[in-house]
Formats: sequence, C-alpha cells, structure tokens
Amino acid sequence: MKTYEQINNRIESGKAVVLTADDIIDYVEKKGLAAAAKEVDVVTTATFGPMCSSGCVLNFGHSRPKIRMSEAWVEDVLVYTGLGAVDVYLGATQLRHGDPANMYHPGEFRYGGAHVMEDLIAGKQLQLFALSYRTDCYPLREIRTYFTINDLNQAIMLNPRNCYQNYNVAVNDSDRAIYTYMGTLEPNRKNANYCSAGQLSPLLNDPYYEVIGVGTRVWMAGAQGHVYAEGTQHAGGGDRTPKGIPKAGAGTLAITGDMKQMRPEFVRGVSFRGYGVSLALGVGIPIPILNEDVLKRTCISDREILAPVVDYSTDYPQNTGKVISHVSYEQLRSGEIEIEGKKIAVGSLSSYYMALEIANLLADEIRKGDFCLAEPIAYLPKDTKMKPLLIRDKAS
Amino acid sequence: MSQTVTKKLMLFFPKCECEKPIIYHLVKDHNLIVNVFRAKVTPEEEGYLVLDVTGTEDDIQQGMDFVKTFNVSINYTSKGVTLDEARCTHCGHCITHCPTGALYIADSATREVAFNEAKCIECLACIRVCPFAACASAF
Ligand code: SF4
Ligand code: SF4
Repeated sequence: MKTYEQINNRIESGKAVVLTADDIIDYVEKKGLAAAAKEVDVVTTATFGPMCSSGCVLNFGHSRPKIRMSEAWVEDVLVYTGLGAVDVYLGATQLRHGDPANMYHPGEFRYGGAHVMEDLIAGKQLQLFALSYRTDCYPLREIRTYFTINDLNQAIMLNPRNCYQNYNVAVNDSDRAIYTYMGTLEPNRKNANYCSAGQLSPLLNDPYYEVIGVGTRVWMAGAQGHVYAEGTQHAGGGDRTPKGIPKAGAGTLAITGDMKQMRPEFVRGVSFRGYGVSLALGVGIPIPILNEDVLKRTCISDREILAPVVDYSTDYPQNTGKVISHVSYEQLRSGEIEIEGKKIAVGSLSSYYMALEIANLLADEIRKGDFCLAEPIAYLPKDTKMKPLLIRDKAS
Repeated sequence: MSQTVTKKLMLFFPKCECEKPIIYHLVKDHNLIVNVFRAKVTPEEEGYLVLDVTGTEDDIQQGMDFVKTFNVSINYTSKGVTLDEARCTHCGHCITHCPTGALYIADSATREVAFNEAKCIECLACIRVCPFAACASAF
C-alpha cells in the first residue's frame, strides 16, 4: 500500500519507478504482482486521436476604445461570444465561413476550429474579426486585428469530452462508400476502422475509475492540465467483460489545460472527407500504483479488450444499438479481423505510435520530478447509462 | 544482353514541349518499356508525367539524354506523391485504402507507418483519406 503523498515524495526526490502501460505487462509477468506493486510507483497511459468535443476559451483583452463582441471570427471560423465582452469559445468542429461543407459530396473540410487551435499553439499570427451592437461602456462597433497566442491573456483548452474509455469499430454494410467521423468506409465491409489506444488507453487501465477522477493531473499536449468533470456522455454502467473492461464506449473525461504550454505536434486539426473537422489531441494520464489491485488493472492487454463492431451505414445513423460482434484490440492491431467468415482489412484513426511517445514523455517527466500526481477530489460515477434524445410530438 | 532495370521518374514539360511525342521515341528509338502512372496538362499548358522506364542502364541513359534535348526537366528523386513525415501521425487510416502497400505498417509494435515510393502507383487515394493532410501531390 502506498499513498499519493509517498509517491509524490519519491517523484520529487527523483527516485520514482515509472513504466508505461505497454511495458508494465511484461514487467509484472516477470516480477510477479506483489513484488512489482512494491517497486513501481506510477504507470503512464496515453492516447492520441480525434476528439470532437474539444475547444478553447480565449480572452483577447480590451482594445481602445473598447468593444463588447457580439459576433466574432478567428481566421473566418465563427466563435461563440455569449460570454463576457472579450471572452470567446472556439469549438474544434466549427467550419470556416463559406466552407461548402457537403454541398459537393464528399466535402473536403480543409480548415476549421481545430486547425485554428493547432495554428494558435504553433505561434502563428491569426486574424480576429468581430462585430458589436455598441453600448455606452463598449462603444466600438467593429474590429479587425491580428494576434498570436502570446497576445492573449488566456488561451485555455476546455474539452467537454475526451479520452473515451473504449470505442466502436466501424464497418459499412451498404453497397456504396460512406464518409463518417470514423473515416472513409468502403462498401460491403471491405475495411474496418477503430479508434483507441487499447492497452495504453487511460480509462482502460482504470476501468472502475478508482484513480482517475475529477482533479487528476493530466499531460495535455505537453501542458499540465487536469480533469474538471466527468466527460459528456460518460456512461460507466454498461456491459463489461469478467475483468471489468467495458464492451462499448463507457467512460469519458472532461479535461482542461493551458494552451500556452502545449506543443503543436500533439494538437492537430483533422479533416474527415465527407464528414467535417475534428481535433486530434495527445493526452497522457499517470496511474499511481497505490496497491496490487490498481497495478493488476494496468496489466490489461489488447487481447483482453473487446471493441464492438458497428455498421455505420444503417445501425449507427438509425441508432438501432445493434452490434455485429466484438473483436479484440490484438486482432485489430494485426491489421485484419474476421467477421462472419469474412476477412476485413483494418485501419485506424487513433495513433498508437503517438500514444506510445506520449506515455514515454510523461514517464520521463515523472522520473525527472517535473510531474507530480494529484489525488482526485471527486470520483466519476460507475453506474450511469446514456440517455437518448426523445423526439416528442408536443410539449406535455 | 545486359540486365534491365526499372526507374521511376517525374518529368516536367514547360508549355512549348507538350505536343512532342517524346514517349513514342523512348519506346521506339531507345527500346524502353514505359509504364505511365499519371499525366496531367495544366490550364497553363504545363505538363507533368510520372512513369516507370524499364531497360538496360545504357538505354535508359540514352533515353534520358534524348529527353534532355527538349526543354524538359527530369526528377529522379521527388515523386508525384509525397508523404510529409512531420505531419504524419502514423494513425494508419491510409493503410486499407492504399492498393499496393506503398503505405504500410513498418513496425508492428509501435504501429509506425512508412512510405515505399517505389510501390506507389499514384492513385491518390491516400491524399483523399489522410485526415492530417500528410500526403500531397506535386501536381
Ligand atoms: S492517414 Fe495520413 S497521418 Fe495517418 S498514417 Fe496515413 S499518411 Fe500518416
Ligand atoms: S497514391 Fe495510391 S499507391 Fe501511392 S501511396 Fe497513395 S494510396 Fe498508395
């Protein structure tokens, strides 16, 4: 048994033993659970992939004379101004003004909110255009100016839903190509796409939310951020394997961090042909090895994690809830799965390569004493289910 | 007879050279087997051509000397399709769309994605499906 305080003391003195969730599997097999639990202080987990529910709060400071922005665009991408005078919220999936979207199907969606976020963190100069209805205290009607992240008072990433615990594998049962947020899917189950770091993924290493909770410090594209709430659509109450691994999406995290400390290679605008824009983000989460149970759960391997295979031509869009079958991440990572006797080539949207890099970067920071752990101040619910949106004929 | 080799090239034709039957002469006068992957004439009447030539080293050399007598530039290194390694996140979305395995998983442990230019037939599928705009075409 260890406490957060004991682990942090070891981190601060540069003595912490840290392994990635990838390396811990073999390590525990070799050393045995009891010995490894005594020795290891932290296991690092990570993920890198598209996370649509992301965005950021920007504060521009006040111009002379002042403006109370009522509509605003950054690089022609509409931002939300229903906040204080010069605070805006930029959403990752917002399209650029004038983007033809899917008018000429499939659209290309080359630039949107997520690309603005990437450019901002890369230090590029961006254009702000804002309008106002004018008030006595904020007389300016219109402003056009250019700024970089250094000119802003705050640039805070504030993501309502990241780090899905598990995720669907998408296939297409129709006879035409379809363009989805799970990538391009060829007809008749010619390919399948998945999106999870599997055995490296944060919430798959803490399936019952025992150590990752509100207040947990996270590595967010290089910045030290934290979990501020359960993520939207968090639903820990679904089906699980005997080892407690959810067999569908399940848990999610709402996380926040200072964009001024982030690294652009881990905050990337993505364009899904025929679908839209999203943000690919790199997140690393340390797991404190408080006891053998916590360690045991980090030893989960791709073989033991099952993902649901879902048809994105009918079942997903019509919300039927039908799952064709389950496949393991070991099968997925082999590049080919077999469903109902048919071999299907597998691609992915998340990057295991980047996740591995993040898990190693975070492990190094912890070993050097630069990243301490924070004990949660509240835990995520384990038993909630996701509610559907009912279409009612009239108000009751 | 000396051994034949295959080389992949990209030719760039400035405006004035587009009408000349250069490929015909490569085949007929220089005994080269030509496999054209992709050709394009822009509205400015500039031409791009990506092709494989197969023949003996000598024949290829002579064929290229012939091409050089026109105002045509030969690029042996930069191909029509390129992968920007700084932008590639190794997500692997392109893998199932690449018909030849030119884009492939180079390391099954890390899932690193690599590009083997020699296998690329310039179908441009990767440019359409790469979410990170890491694949690009020279024309
Ligand atoms: S889809 Fe693009 S980013 Fe992903 S592996 Fe292929 S080239 Fe790299
Ligand atoms: S252009 Fe076609 S063949 Fe070449 S790498 Fe891209 S998908 Fe593969």
